[in-house]
Amino acid sequence: MTSAKLGAGLSALALLAALPAAAEIRIGASLAVTGPAAFLGDPEAKTLEMLVEAVNAEGGVNGEPLKLVLYDDGGDPNKARTFATRLIEEDEVVAVIGGTSTGATMAMSPLFGEYEIPFISLAGAVVIIDPVQDYVFKTPHTDRMACEKIFADITGRGLTKVGMISGTGGFGKSMREQCLDVAEASGVEIVADETYGPNDADMTPQLTNIANTAGVEAVVNPGFGQGPAVVTRNFAQLGLELPFYQSHGVASDSFIELAGPAAEGVRLPATPLLIPGQLADDDPQKQPVTDYIAAYEAKYGDTPSTFGGYAYDAFNIVIAAIESAGADDPAAIRDAIEATSGYAGVTGVYSFSPEDHLGLDLTAFRMLEIRDGGWAPVE
Amino acid sequence: MTLGPGTRTFLVFAALVVLGALVFPSSFFYRVGTLVWINTLAVTGMVVLLGYVGLVSLGHAGFFAIGAYATALLPQYGVPSGLAMLAGAAGAALLAALIGRPILKLSGYYLAIATLGLGMLIWMVLSKEAWLTGGPDGMTVTGFSARNLLKSVGITLKTAEAWYWLCGAVATLGAVLAVNLGQSSAGRAFRAIHDSDVAAASLGVDVARAKSAAFVISAVYAAVAGALLALANGYITPDAGGFMHSVELVTMAVLGGAASVYGALVGALILTALPQVLTVFAEYEHMVLGAIMVGTMIAMRRGLVPALAGLLARRRAARRAGRLARRVS
Repeated sequence: MTSAKLGAGLSALALLAALPAAAEIRIGASLAVTGPAAFLGDPEAKTLEMLVEAVNAEGGVNGEPLKLVLYDDGGDPNKARTFATRLIEEDEVVAVIGGTSTGATMAMSPLFGEYEIPFISLAGAVVIIDPVQDYVFKTPHTDRMACEKIFADITGRGLTKVGMISGTGGFGKSMREQCLDVAEASGVEIVADETYGPNDADMTPQLTNIANTAGVEAVVNPGFGQGPAVVTRNFAQLGLELPFYQSHGVASDSFIELAGPAAEGVRLPATPLLIPGQLADDDPQKQPVTDYIAAYEAKYGDTPSTFGGYAYDAFNIVIAAIESAGADDPAAIRDAIEATSGYAGVTGVYSFSPEDHLGLDLTAFRMLEIRDGGWAPVE
Repeated sequence: MTLGPGTRTFLVFAALVVLGALVFPSSFFYRVGTLVWINTLAVTGMVVLLGYVGLVSLGHAGFFAIGAYATALLPQYGVPSGLAMLAGAAGAALLAALIGRPILKLSGYYLAIATLGLGMLIWMVLSKEAWLTGGPDGMTVTGFSARNLLKSVGITLKTAEAWYWLCGAVATLGAVLAVNLGQSSAGRAFRAIHDSDVAAASLGVDVARAKSAAFVISAVYAAVAGALLALANGYITPDAGGFMHSVELVTMAVLGGAASVYGALVGALILTALPQVLTVFAEYEHMVLGAIMVGTMIAMRRGLVPALAGLLARRRAARRAGRLARRVS
């Protein structure tokens, strides 16, 4: 019995030990390609695979071929940490992209400082880069920035009194807290604060409460999934005339389809990825946005998502760093990433610094308005 | 010289811990090894509950998470990690004792559903009470380093190696305790209940008390395993208490053979190490794991270890019979 068990253990180890030869530049990724966060992780993985193929077709980086070692952690932080160890120790990657979810990212991130390997996360939360860790960066903007962008637009219209209706799912909850936190500094006052469950089918009572609150001048709806579409339809059914804001969580064409004509006039902060045709010719993001959309559609026959855009930017920042620092020393690659300045990506224009490992400001968000069933930038 | 089952278990487990350390070439292997030992510990609890008494729990990830979150939360209020771990185990034991009495009156599917509900409740509290637990994003676990612990007794190791030794030692201890429990009068009572509640009761076994005891013991195993995982990862999310994790624990027990701690080890080893081997063809990972499960259930109902042991024993008996037949003729 014992020998059978030993045999099984040893053969598993032997399979594990089949190491690749070191002749190429290896980049690692651990993403939630399957599982509940797959709608985020799948476009991220596809984007990385597409980009590696494109780089290799053009002769690689500094003349050396690039290899992507991609693992599917299913969004499980425990697996993500194991895969991160494996990427660093076994696959000997020079940089890691990934962590689709905040949990997976946070479970992995202490390893990168320990082994001195640069890491760019694709997850949202502020805790990833605040406090700053030397080897940890991220490309997606934060909830907090979305709140600030929305509030800036509201005050720009000369309004200050805001009613909020938030989903109680992870996204809505986190954004609600951030919005409450930055409201005062942004010069707005939250006069109504309603919530709804992720699967609620009717939010008329909450909206009525907001409409009946004295002095409310604009409504903001932090939320994700189908909830915001229901809120939008209820909002139109009640005939409310207030300016209405959604979050970047629903910045996709499927939101317009779900909400129908009720979505007309709704504003939300989003990346320029939604409005490639309407970007000015001198817009620094026009080129990357059109390139990314064209390449993704050519390869997968599908429009790319905001989440794939995070991976696009992370990849290009890493490649640019390897081009300037060489592939031999991960610490030098880290320094080159931190020195990234004015890199125009799909999500925004990145300028990292030792104090800022996100590198985006509010200009990364464009305020869009839904007009005639499509997106239009707010001037 | 014949060795007692407890001593034998100790020797086998200790030998495997040492063997792993001898052949592992890098921290990654130590990392996987650590997870194998942590899972073995949690599944050993399932062996007591499922293998000895014959009760199915689909909520043990809940106890796992209680141990993990206690170890994450209490140090923030100045409690040392070791004490927090004990508090987590005690909390899990208390909850299991309170909940166990009413729900262990159920049996079969009804018990499985009741424990599933318990696990879901714990998971929901952990994901919803964001002010305390950080919500779905999880929380950082600080305040304890296996490396520093071993350093204080004069052994200097890499972090990953330190966790491997610590978790291997705890899993070995857990296995020895479970084997000794199985040999005790309580263990015999458990087995009697496994065969028949009524028969056991007629022999003077307090069935309700014994079931409750097994439930509490297995909850403590899960909680300690959870605490070790939280500390080794330095980060914990409600996923650790999720339904899929409960299923994973039961699967490991059933795959290896729920009746023995060796089964726990083999089940934990296969389901922890195999996904790492299968990343080469990641798309087929679930298919391979599913096929192994279905195959085991069809061909080896009692799990891998008892089936292989039985096969070996039959072969030995056949050979002996053959020798005997030749001698006679």
